[in-house]
Amino acid sequence: MSVLVRNKTFGSRLSEGVLLAVMLLISAVSLAPVWHTVSLSFSDNAAAAGGFVKFWPRGFNLESYRKIMVEPHFLHSFLVSVERVLLGGAINFALTVLMAYPLSRSGKEFPLRSAYMWFLLFTMLFSGGVIPLYITVKSLGMFNTLWALVLPGAVPVFNVVLLMNFFRNLPKELSEAGYMDGAGPWFMMLKVFLPLSLPSLATVTLFSVVGHWNSFFDGMIFMRSVENYPLQTYIQQLVVQLNIADLDSTQAELLEKISDKTLNAAKIVVSMVPILAIYPFLQKYFIHGIMLGSVKE
Amino acid sequence: MRFRAYYKHYHLMLLPGIALMIVFHVVPMLGIAIAFQDFKIGRGVWGSQWIGFENFTYMFQIHDSAVIFYNTAFISLMKMIAHLIVPLVFAILLNEVRIRSVKRWVQTIVYVPHFLSWVILASVISDMLSLNGIVNQLVKALGFDPVMFLASNRWFPAIIVGSDIWKEFGFAAIIYLAALAGINPNLYEAAEMDGASRIKQLIYVTLPSLMPTVVLLATLSIGNILNAGFDQIFNLYNPLVYSSGDIIDTYVYRVGLVQAQYGFATAVGLMKSLVGFIMIVLSYRIAYKYANYRIF
Repeated sequence: MSVLVRNKTFGSRLSEGVLLAVMLLISAVSLAPVWHTVSLSFSDNAAAAGGFVKFWPRGFNLESYRKIMVEPHFLHSFLVSVERVLLGGAINFALTVLMAYPLSRSGKEFPLRSAYMWFLLFTMLFSGGVIPLYITVKSLGMFNTLWALVLPGAVPVFNVVLLMNFFRNLPKELSEAGYMDGAGPWFMMLKVFLPLSLPSLATVTLFSVVGHWNSFFDGMIFMRSVENYPLQTYIQQLVVQLNIADLDSTQAELLEKISDKTLNAAKIVVSMVPILAIYPFLQKYFIHGIMLGSVKE
Repeated sequence: MRFRAYYKHYHLMLLPGIALMIVFHVVPMLGIAIAFQDFKIGRGVWGSQWIGFENFTYMFQIHDSAVIFYNTAFISLMKMIAHLIVPLVFAILLNEVRIRSVKRWVQTIVYVPHFLSWVILASVISDMLSLNGIVNQLVKALGFDPVMFLASNRWFPAIIVGSDIWKEFGFAAIIYLAALAGINPNLYEAAEMDGASRIKQLIYVTLPSLMPTVVLLATLSIGNILNAGFDQIFNLYNPLVYSSGDIIDTYVYRVGLVQAQYGFATAVGLMKSLVGFIMIVLSYRIAYKYANYRIF
């Protein structure tokens, strides 16, 4: 607490009131675009196209959501995204743990640690860029497969470093006692370190799941047909590119009336729902997890 | 020593990850060879013609390069400054809120945009900024002419910087909130005893205590000077604002993957990687020297 002795004068009450009002305003600004989109998605299409919908639905109806349910491409790309999150998230998780544990050992326990660390540092600092990666994935014959979406980013180096630092800050006595009792490295990793690292594991899982759910660019360059698009790529191709087309046209307003604003809004809302659903559950861990992982001895 | 018996297990644990990184990170690095070729995808790296530094000399000749390097550095510099100030001010304000439940709610809400993708936010933003969108309705209500925000070179960089700070300020404040929580309460108590007002406490206790964190973050952000935010700009820009909003990454994508000038685009990307590499090494050296900060 910043001020221990509190005197409730009129002035301090006033400044506290102003402060709360400012916080309310900041929160409203953070939520406004999302809220506006949700309102659009439940509105009547004509009202939306005419620009009458602000922060409450006009002509409330579920028509857009009904349309989504029968749009095969949308549902399919939603499934592709779920698949990539499950497969990609699992691969990220396994590799993060498998790399963080040996790298958290001291130089005495594992002398080659520093060689591996230099390798990681090197890959973090330098990359060949998007075109060599594109050619690599193409020559491996991975275009149009789920592997193109999960393997190039299989090792989330940032997460490895986060978890490694967390492991390193667990008490030294822990591994000493374990090794005394004859526990091997696999047992130590799976049965001792993992159960003690839930906040950090929740954090890195949240980051990798959100990363997979949100990425559109790999889907755009590695997937050559619409059926294989993950959800974000699908939305990018249909919604974002359409809006930009509006801008180029001198008949911007006419085009906007034709485009199905409420349907697009509903698609955006559906694509946000999974993130908004898991986020509150993991939130209490991740602040904790980020801070623990970033502190070094 | 029994540790020796464990070495092979450690190597085994690291093997799958390292193997995948070699395939998808190191092998593509060798692919920068095509920056020195007139690369044709049908002929591959071995069959394409070597042309030395021709791609690079071409890059220094054309006007586009100056524009994209300038746009990239300008946008990311503006973002850098905004990212140092806005989260700091927000964290200090939030820290002054006494009611714990309010504090938690505000935090939960302002972190939300960080977790939404630029695809989604760009479509929401471009809808709000369109001619009959919610922002232009406000502009009209105030008696001004509506503006085509995303088609205007005057507005575009400001919209990029503004929407980026809107998305990230809450999440970026986490590190400041942690630093604020770490300030010794005795300092405030002593200041209070000496009759310092809340403003005085802010100036003489809070800000000096946060300075090391601010300096560290500022230093580390230097390494990102050429990362102006591909996902964001790619989803918001259009040909009308290329002169103010086209950055290296979007240019490499268009020239390389859309127009299939692979060699030239890789050369531009390589130039970016090299400059970025130098900046990162430099910034980490400074951070290590003055803030005793190490990544590992």
